[in-house]
Amino acid sequence: MNRFLFFLLLLMTLFISGCGASASAQPEVASAYIENKGSDTIVNLALAWAEQYQAEHPDVRISVTGGGSGTGIAALINGTVGIANASRKISADELTQAEAKGIQPVEHIIARDAIAVIVNPENPVSQLTLQQISDMYSGKISNWKEVGGEDRPIVRLSRETNSGTHVYFLETVLRLGDKKSKTLFSMDTLLLPSSEGIVNELRQNPNAIGYDGLGYVPKDLKVLAVAKKEGEAYVLPTIATVNDKTYAIARDLYMYTAGEATGAEKAYLDWIISDAAQQIVAKLGFVPILK
Amino acid sequence: MESNLGWKEYLITRAIRVAGYSAIVFVTLIFYFLLREGLPTLAEVKLTELFALRWYPIEKYFGILPLISGSLIVTLGAALIAIPFGIGTAVFISEIAPRWAREILKPLVELLGGLPSVVLGFLGILVLAPKLRLLLNLPTGLTALTGSLLLGAIAVPTVVSVAEDALDSVPRSYREGAWALGATRWQTIWRVTLPAARSGVLTAVMLGVGRAIGETMTVMMVTGNAPVLVTSLGGLFSPVRTMTATIAAEMGEVANGSVHYHTLFFIGMVLFIISLIVNVTASAVVFRSQKRAERVLS
Repeated sequence: MNRFLFFLLLLMTLFISGCGASASAQPEVASAYIENKGSDTIVNLALAWAEQYQAEHPDVRISVTGGGSGTGIAALINGTVGIANASRKISADELTQAEAKGIQPVEHIIARDAIAVIVNPENPVSQLTLQQISDMYSGKISNWKEVGGEDRPIVRLSRETNSGTHVYFLETVLRLGDKKSKTLFSMDTLLLPSSEGIVNELRQNPNAIGYDGLGYVPKDLKVLAVAKKEGEAYVLPTIATVNDKTYAIARDLYMYTAGEATGAEKAYLDWIISDAAQQIVAKLGFVPILK
Repeated sequence: MESNLGWKEYLITRAIRVAGYSAIVFVTLIFYFLLREGLPTLAEVKLTELFALRWYPIEKYFGILPLISGSLIVTLGAALIAIPFGIGTAVFISEIAPRWAREILKPLVELLGGLPSVVLGFLGILVLAPKLRLLLNLPTGLTALTGSLLLGAIAVPTVVSVAEDALDSVPRSYREGAWALGATRWQTIWRVTLPAARSGVLTAVMLGVGRAIGETMTVMMVTGNAPVLVTSLGGLFSPVRTMTATIAAEMGEVANGSVHYHTLFFIGMVLFIISLIVNVTASAVVFRSQKRAERVLS
């Protein structure tokens, strides 16, 4: 993933330097610079937005860097960036640090990210609770009949440990959001190097269960409905259910500004929640926000 | 004219000498590099944690035993396939096949050797793994066995071409002598030709095993990469994670100089030492058998 990011960054650099060259040929000078830094989850999306926005507004320069949500927010607090990207909410600690520097971070929800739990279409199971998924992946449940399916062993599929999706799934599903929990993936979980590997195995193996970003799930696989708790409604991940927060394995993606955004930054953030920008969100496998 | 030749000769001998020594230099440098990057692990991770049963680097579990066992079982399976098939094919090509068949078979085997391993990996994922799952009624087709079968296919051409060369270089008079004593064709092959070519055949096996243990792409694609300790031959039928696949999958994302980074190099060191042991053992066996042959002859 990071190699891909690197390549994209490289492309962006080329693109931006190309812009610079054409701008210097024209008398017009860039009227605004926007520094944008933070979450690695968002960096692809932020790059795609920046590219599109700069194409439409040649007078604006946007520089995008990754480094992680914490890095981005720290840079915002230190005043080195205008917009910080974060795949989590700002923490209480970070908020006090910001206030100590006289900065009031303002939160903007810019897109959402949902993980679909997927099985082979032949599998009769169509809904699970979060607790059941957690028990299946941690190894407490090893047969589909324990969750109302056929008498088949469960083959657990996961992305490799270096994938952000893997870590998010570990924290949100296996550990059910409990920060103190030490639950781990069962040792016999297959760690596949790509989404494609997971999809391939799911396609031909009715024993398997897997997960992936909603945008990456092909139509011929079965997406499970997930309930937050026993007795609550089972919900399929869709743009609507992710937006109204009834689907459990989803998170908001944020941009933070120091105080209310003004000028070029405000124009950029307004454009990001426009339909045109949100179409890019869907294209990259995230969930667009509904107004 | 003569001085010109002398000058050329000087240059060529020097070039050959440099090429010869460079192999030693490179191996030394590589080993030094592995030691430099891998040894810090021993200071950073307790031995009991390093030789533990769980590999989950993002939560600081650095147990490498499952990875070692994974590599060993896949390689063992591949050797069990490649050695009989490889030597059998070599014997057939060199001793039994008629001339026309030999001329078709040899290039075909060499062509198989040129197949990129990623292509075999694709075949494994799309064809072999699903078939194996249904045939053996396994939970998943992504197992050590799938890896072994493909690695066997990768190692066979190496074994065949080296072993075939060794058999070919056994003097014809040996065979004629055996036939003159009334030995059947099988007896000649089994008791005369193969033992006479023993050192070459052993080299073939060694190279084949070396090819199998170092192979990365195919095993990463088809063995499932689950770091489970293999304790019996039954482990062939479950997913495993090999050392090579671990290094390949994780090296790209790891922070330079971190504990995880050093541990990956440590795994590389272990891999290097294992192939060293295979090599040394094989040459020791060859050396000893030669000595005995010399004793008998003298």
